[in-house]
Amino acid sequence: MLATLTALAEPNRLRIVELLRTGPRPVNDIGECLQLNQPQVSKHLRVLKDAGIVDVHARAQQRLYGLRPEPLRQLHDWLERYRQLWDARFDGLDELIEELKTEEKSHARKPRN
Amino acid sequence: MLESQGTKATPMNKTSMELKEDRELVISRTFNGPPRIVFDAYTRAELVKRWWAPKSHGEIVDCTAEVRVGGKYRYAMRTPDGTDVAFSGRYLEITPPSRLVYTQVFEQMADAGEMTITVTFEELGGKTLLVSREVYPSKEARDSALESGMEHGMKEAMDQLDVLVASLC
Repeated sequence: MLATLTALAEPNRLRIVELLRTGPRPVNDIGECLQLNQPQVSKHLRVLKDAGIVDVHARAQQRLYGLRPEPLRQLHDWLERYRQLWDARFDGLDELIEELKTEEKSHARKPRN
Repeated sequence: MLESQGTKATPMNKTSMELKEDRELVISRTFNGPPRIVFDAYTRAELVKRWWAPKSHGEIVDCTAEVRVGGKYRYAMRTPDGTDVAFSGRYLEITPPSRLVYTQVFEQMADAGEMTITVTFEELGGKTLLVSREVYPSKEARDSALESGMEHGMKEAMDQLDVLVASLC
């Protein structure tokens, strides 16, 4: 999960992933679309490949880079579970805040009683 | 939209979560109370105890917080399968009731490095918008933590994180 997160943290790598959503592409094509030079693209693709986010297939004379859905799905699931945890925490915090507000009001009334 | 488990008239607000560039995860929610109260509930250990471990996820087994700059905190919960998960760190900045900055280590994979979390409490017409920004350690920070003697590989650390995530659900 951390590897996926780290790999996607770099803006150009995120752009590559976005681009590859439309389908597999060769390195030079990615470079042209995103206006990056080939060494840059290759470097980013290597990181994405190490993180398991992209894989490479040979087609005719070309090497095509495409997305592997698993890490992104895992990241999505992880985020959703983490959101649910915080949602449950915050529901509890909501209730506590209501209690604290009520307590505060009753304290504020005391001197007058 | 139907609210789940809302027992009182006050409408429940929604928690949003967004993944940003540069390893930042942003969690936000509006609360029906002034920042003064929300800040207290968010920081004072005897109050944190009451919400940090939701019943659906586990029970609180440790909750200490020395709320001063440089002070330490430690929160731990026992998940339904009996695993303890603990988070600890220290406070870097405390500006009640509007801002809080602290570090966080997930103790079960301490060698994965330290997160920095910035929480802001913004007053919005008697309510509070709470925004928590979690910045995950950089690859470099994690690599150097790994090199400094720890024998764990990233693979193992990641497996542990997956176990943690699974155990939290």
